Amino acid sequence: MIDLLTSRVMGDIFLGVTQGVLYGLIGLSLVIVWQSTNILNFAQGAMAMFATYVGMTLLEHGLNYWACLAISVAAGFVLGGATERVLVRPLYGKPEINSIVVMVGFLGILEAGAIAIWGGTSRMIVSPFSLSYFQHNGKTIFLSPFAILQIAAAVTVMLIVAGLFRFTKLGLQLRAAALAPEVARLLGVRVNRLLTLGWALASAAGAVAAVVISSGFEGLTPTNMDVYFVFGFIAAAVGGLESPLGAVLAGVLIGMLQQFIVDYAPPSWASFSPVLILVVALMIRPQGLFSKQRVRRV
Amino acid sequence: MNAAAISVENLSVSYGAIKALRNVSFTAQPGVITAVLGANGAGKTTLLRTISGLLEPDEGSITMAGTNITREKTEDIARRGLGHVPEGRGVIGEFTVEENLRLGAMAAKVDLKAGLAEQYEQFPVLGQRRTQHAATLSGGERQMLAMARALIAKPSVLLLDEPSLGLAPLVTVELMETIRELCDAQGLAVLLVEQNAKSALRIAHHAIVLHLGSVAANAAASDVAADEKLRQYYLGLAE
Repeated sequence: MIDLLTSRVMGDIFLGVTQGVLYGLIGLSLVIVWQSTNILNFAQGAMAMFATYVGMTLLEHGLNYWACLAISVAAGFVLGGATERVLVRPLYGKPEINSIVVMVGFLGILEAGAIAIWGGTSRMIVSPFSLSYFQHNGKTIFLSPFAILQIAAAVTVMLIVAGLFRFTKLGLQLRAAALAPEVARLLGVRVNRLLTLGWALASAAGAVAAVVISSGFEGLTPTNMDVYFVFGFIAAAVGGLESPLGAVLAGVLIGMLQQFIVDYAPPSWASFSPVLILVVALMIRPQGLFSKQRVRRV
Repeated sequence: MNAAAISVENLSVSYGAIKALRNVSFTAQPGVITAVLGANGAGKTTLLRTISGLLEPDEGSITMAGTNITREKTEDIARRGLGHVPEGRGVIGEFTVEENLRLGAMAAKVDLKAGLAEQYEQFPVLGQRRTQHAATLSGGERQMLAMARALIAKPSVLLLDEPSLGLAPLVTVELMETIRELCDAQGLAVLLVEQNAKSALRIAHHAIVLHLGSVAANAAASDVAADEKLRQYYLGLAE
């Protein structure tokens, strides 16, 4: 059994899953925004980055890791809510291209702002969990205590989000506000508040991903969330934009495929592979692999 | 004397330069079906949308059980007990039948279990299709769902916009009978907008006829049905 865990294939699976859950988390935050407002937030990664830099600043003032995580999530929540109120609300009912242009512009502002405030070099949050891989009889199991935390964080956020949308009154109202805002209003649903809440929740979930990324080997720069956004977007599209579970599972699928390609094929193919997954998945099932919808408006 | 369920006074509404309603006044009483009739573009749907707060009037006032609701938000008016089944029904196709009904009950804070049981008794087909997505229902079933979703909140006023649109004649007859039964049993004030004037006048107690945004007639439904001029010029019911 232990020999299996140290095998090359299992190593690729562990590394792929660990990376893939991060794509899944960003994909998940895109799903929340889509479910609650029917908008694709192109600034999702940058908002997560900005919120995490706020948490990091406080970490430098002596706060511990968990306080930093809590503050980053809170900052993400506030940033998401404020973004909806100030930038997104005037876009409702307008052509979809308007929201795309505004959010891409906001992405640029956040990244430029972060560079101006915190500089462009990579920063790390030192995690209380070791980044070192487990060892057995001199062989490496490509899993670390931190990687387990990473997977646990993604699964926890996914379960919370899926439970919220599927089983709670709030989730039903959030979905109604996105799908049919006028009808929801006629039924007494306070749509404006829910739209703000949807963005706040999505941004908070994205901040969890950014904190985890900044605790890893790579650290956080003002722009490295862009790559996670792209793969997270692909995960959300492949999984089905209505499915929190689908986003995370598709993220894991993408992470694993990338890892296998890095290990067995020219590494330059790795960044191309998620796009290939997107094309193939959408050809087979345009509504997403895990969506219950028969068709989806795009 | 008790206040009217809905009282509209000198209501005027515009879409830009176009006047959609001009000085419209009428009252709707509890337990009374008021048919709102008129040709296309007469202002019927605009009237309902203004009452429920989806449109803002230029002038005039709307009171509900004596409370001025003219500038209130749609969701607040709904929470006061105004149910509005919009044109096209407005059921959420991505939701199941039961999710649509749960949504209707939420803001009103009614007993969900009892409310669902009541609606499934009133509309048995909805009970049979409770886990089905609303998009898969027939036109008649969707109309029933839209009405059940409004009724589960126990409204005191019900606005119905073209409920018979797209329904087979037999289904329309059944639907109108159901509306009349609900009004009689629950003491609802119903404002019924209908292109199908004949069906509406058959169940209505009272009728107002709109013509180019103004009230052309405001009388008992039987009087409107008997008025040859109204029938011919405004309702398209020539003998």
